[in-house]
Amino acid sequence: MTFDALAGVLLIPAVAAALLAALPDYRVTARLNVAAAALTFLCALSLFVRRPQSGAYLIVDDLNATFIVLTTFVGLSTSVFSLSYIGHELQIGRLTPPFVRFYHAMYQVLMFAMNLALIANNIGLMWVAIELATLTTVLMVGIYRTHEALEAAWKYFILGSVGIALALFGTILVYMAARPVVGEGLDAMVWTVLVRRAGAFDPALLDLAFVFLLLGYGTKVGLAPLHAWLPDAHAEGPTPISAVLSGLLLNVALYALLRFKMLLAANAGALAPGPLMVTLGLISLVFAAFMLYRRRDIKRLFAYSSIEHMGIITFAFGMGGPLANFAGLLHMTMHSLTKSAIFFAVGHVAQVKGTQRIADMGGLTETHPVLGWGLILGVVAIAGLPPLGIFMSEFLVVSSTFARAPLLAIVLVFGLLVGLAGLFLRLNSIAFGEPRGAVGKAQASYVPMFAHLSLVVAAGVYMPPALVAWFQNVAGLLG
Amino acid sequence: MSRIDFDVAHMLAGLLVLISFMQLYQDRLYALLNVYALHALTLAASVAWQAMVQDAPHLYVTAAIALVFKAIIIPVALHRIIVRLGIHREIEKVVGVGSAMLAGMGLVALSMVVMLRVTYAADPLAREDLAFALSVVLLGLLMMVTRRNAVGQVVGFMSLENGLVLAATGARGMPLVVEISVAFSILIAFIVIGIFLFRIRERFDTVDVAALDQFRGERQ
Repeated sequence: MTFDALAGVLLIPAVAAALLAALPDYRVTARLNVAAAALTFLCALSLFVRRPQSGAYLIVDDLNATFIVLTTFVGLSTSVFSLSYIGHELQIGRLTPPFVRFYHAMYQVLMFAMNLALIANNIGLMWVAIELATLTTVLMVGIYRTHEALEAAWKYFILGSVGIALALFGTILVYMAARPVVGEGLDAMVWTVLVRRAGAFDPALLDLAFVFLLLGYGTKVGLAPLHAWLPDAHAEGPTPISAVLSGLLLNVALYALLRFKMLLAANAGALAPGPLMVTLGLISLVFAAFMLYRRRDIKRLFAYSSIEHMGIITFAFGMGGPLANFAGLLHMTMHSLTKSAIFFAVGHVAQVKGTQRIADMGGLTETHPVLGWGLILGVVAIAGLPPLGIFMSEFLVVSSTFARAPLLAIVLVFGLLVGLAGLFLRLNSIAFGEPRGAVGKAQASYVPMFAHLSLVVAAGVYMPPALVAWFQNVAGLLG
Repeated sequence: MSRIDFDVAHMLAGLLVLISFMQLYQDRLYALLNVYALHALTLAASVAWQAMVQDAPHLYVTAAIALVFKAIIIPVALHRIIVRLGIHREIEKVVGVGSAMLAGMGLVALSMVVMLRVTYAADPLAREDLAFALSVVLLGLLMMVTRRNAVGQVVGFMSLENGLVLAATGARGMPLVVEISVAFSILIAFIVIGIFLFRIRERFDTVDVAALDQFRGERQ
């Protein structure tokens, strides 16, 4: 049998999860975790070279190939970061070896679930995968077993399950809409079949289905007012999980939403999904931007920043059209890279300071220059200052909106500016001034953080034409 | 489809909505669990009937899961947890019985109006099943909102899932993948919740979710 990359991105994490659950020594398992993530990433890269045949269950096209490569890449660098992070947590006794074993196994299960959600061609299978990803992250958020961690996990679990339940109802409605046209059975849940024949579906049923899907998967994306689980889950779980949640899982949920948006776009009678997404996106952006001001916890601060950026991305995809879609895709990629880099920095900052309270950390650039300046670079990037990658994508979102809906663009720019000021206010007290708080020694690996940041800087300065062409092609697919 | 097939399916789905209402006003945990078991039993009957009417033998599996797992194992296990935690006292409610029932009626009316209008093209059994299913889902949500007790919320979530199974079986010919996965996910979800309940008990000596709310949003 020839080598199949699709099987690779699913089987490697699955086998690795079983192995990691069985092996006791954390030094071995942490490295094995990295090795498995690296292999998965290589498999994902090979999708660009040779693309396996799509079937009734799995599919690869340009859209999800982009997502898979991004997911496996951030998965790889996070596993490298997690190596030093988990070592420190074991040293100070916040985690015990059995929990670390559990953590590594769950990490690979999460990678498996996210990859499955991305390559699923069957809307039922996609739902199952997103549910699995939710459950694994719930377990990981609660892993410290402190009061706060348990509350965060419980909240995430309840809100996440309600969201997932609504999404399933939406999925059933899509099947109901497809059945009279496609016929009973498996075909009526296969996305490629659905999108080809969507023109003949009952538009009213599709509308209703999309509302449920938007509320359901929108909860997972973290759109306001469905975001309540997100800051807690980010703040109380282990930092590598915050990085994966922000950088990847939110994207996966958004990807599911995009697939259904394409389905609705193929039906002339159905409602335009754009305005709904634009509204939710703008609400999330403005709301989260204001929420940045009162944050006292550093991870919570960046969790709200994630809500803000998911708002921008949802807004861009809601606007639609080649340029806005292009900007949305670029922004999503840049946000994933930058936000996970920030969480890598924040994880080490919280470890050297022994706290996540912003009031107890200060003068980071003096005490830990590399870490401090890395964090500053990350925040400058995420705030959207030129010449970094996020500036470019935000500029594209804003300019394409100005051309089509100037009023919306004003709200958008307002939200962006409020968010930028909020972030810098906080950054100032963390990075500069008199050193405050504990001065622990950093045993950090800076490689993942600077790898991400240099990619973001490079993308801001020079985008290779091949990459631009690729994104344009995917943006065209999104319609 | 003959008249009697339709009527029985209709009756069972309607019964499910009725039992959802009964769950709303139970103020003791034991009684709540018993009503939930009845809910699951009715679901099993409804799914089995659909299996017969649609001539879809795989649906019997779903019915069996509903019967064995949801109507027997889960209520018994939750009974034990309640005894072990010593919380077989009254359930506190956020809103009163009267307003909860009124809200429930409003939700049922809403789902009827929405579903019946949207699905007029579909066959009558499917559309009415779907309307009932949406009612059960919304009532489950309402129950989760009105209960402060963690066990009560879990029961609310499970009755919500029952509504989803009803919808999935009502959609004729829906592939088995989904039904099994729904049942399976309930299993996983239940294990997760079980772990959580124990941990919460272990840590805070209460299963009242209000005790978790001390920490809302900000760390001081």
